[in-house]
Amino acid sequence: MIKSLKVLQNPLANSSYQLDILEHNPAHKHASFKDKVAATGMFPLLAGGVEIFQVNMGKMCNQVCKHCHVDAGPDRKEIMTRETMQLCLNVLANSPIKIVDLTGGAPELNPDFKWFVEQIKALGKHIIVRCNLTIILANKRFHDLPEFFKLHQIEVVSSLPSFTQDRTDKQRGNGVFEDSIKALQMLNAVGYGMQDTGLTLNLVYNPAGAFLPPSQDALEKEYKFELMKKYNISFNSLFAITNMPISRYLDYLLTTGNYDKYMDKLIAAFNPAAVANVMCRNTISVGWDGYLYDCDFNQMLDLKVTPATSQHLADFDLNLLQNREIILKQHCYGCTAGAGSSCGGAVAE
Amino acid sequence: MADHYYNAEDLGKFGNIGDYQKEMADKFFSYYGEVFKDGALTAKEKSLIALAVAHAVQCPYCIDAYSSDAYEKGFSEAQMMEAVHVASAIKGGAVLVHGVQMMNKVKEISM
Repeated sequence: MIKSLKVLQNPLANSSYQLDILEHNPAHKHASFKDKVAATGMFPLLAGGVEIFQVNMGKMCNQVCKHCHVDAGPDRKEIMTRETMQLCLNVLANSPIKIVDLTGGAPELNPDFKWFVEQIKALGKHIIVRCNLTIILANKRFHDLPEFFKLHQIEVVSSLPSFTQDRTDKQRGNGVFEDSIKALQMLNAVGYGMQDTGLTLNLVYNPAGAFLPPSQDALEKEYKFELMKKYNISFNSLFAITNMPISRYLDYLLTTGNYDKYMDKLIAAFNPAAVANVMCRNTISVGWDGYLYDCDFNQMLDLKVTPATSQHLADFDLNLLQNREIILKQHCYGCTAGAGSSCGGAVAE
Repeated sequence: MADHYYNAEDLGKFGNIGDYQKEMADKFFSYYGEVFKDGALTAKEKSLIALAVAHAVQCPYCIDAYSSDAYEKGFSEAQMMEAVHVASAIKGGAVLVHGVQMMNKVKEISM
């Protein structure tokens, strides 16, 4: 299994080094994202509320995906403590935020995952878990996850970059496709993705290479047809997500000589209509250590939210955060290319 | 002016042909866009046809564009190579079937 950039002591594990590549590239000048947003009349870009509270429960993961913007893997030890989770619960108990989105790494690897879910549910919040599927089969102690998800009416969102083994394993590691199919069948068996159960199972597509996602609607139809025909698998919706040029995917782009061409593609596909709907405008992203960010990508680049007096859960000020100015850098092109991209897939026609 | 005939960067300048004749270029690109939309054939199916035709007409710009497009739309390497073989078979067949004309001529003039 490949190691994380951090353990390999790759300079790209340093967020400042990544930002330097993104923001200052003398060899190939890319148009400024801020200028593009300004041309739409939306700069500075402001949040329009906080509807989604996305929590990164830690960088530990049982997989090492080549595109991972978190640089997650089994060798990452950063993990959210119960004390920090309690700070999350305090914020949630005192705010009208309705949706909590749990991500990682593999959030289920956090030893307090189930406790945290139960506490959030007790507050009456809707929970999304970004489950990588293979975690369900990784160890006997995770085999009950489908039943646990069902018990708490959790919305499950899972990555499956292709309905073929070849492309999935190229991106996510050998054997991932086979285990993902088994996990999807286990989720279907308890009712996830099945008609009239109310148990939502959404899949995520992201390109296995240096290119942009095709039409989300066309892809969803194809996934539904192929997964049903070959594996008798059902699911609700497919989210097509663009790979962000940061962390491990940035490493892939640079080492394969695709970086400049990929940035050119993102810029050429800039869609002004996607700007108004980018996810940072209604999301707050919480790091494993309780710091606050505009999105999971800004989190990995260590770009904390702009209100200086509300950068940590302990100082959470909803009034300041829901009107904050979003920090924009060149990687943000990933969210505005083509039909746009978010944790919920395309955001524009 | 470059001292060679093909330049990869020229693909990105395709839209500039309108600089010399806008009306015809606009009509062409409008038609082009319409052709590649979902219709009786899906946009994905059309991409694979375009890939095969690109090889048949040996256009490096088109091969570049439709290798990316077909792969992005989800075709596998094997499917894309089979499409190229279809183009090859048709081009090869087109040469070979003219052999009948050669045979006819030889039969006409030989004793």
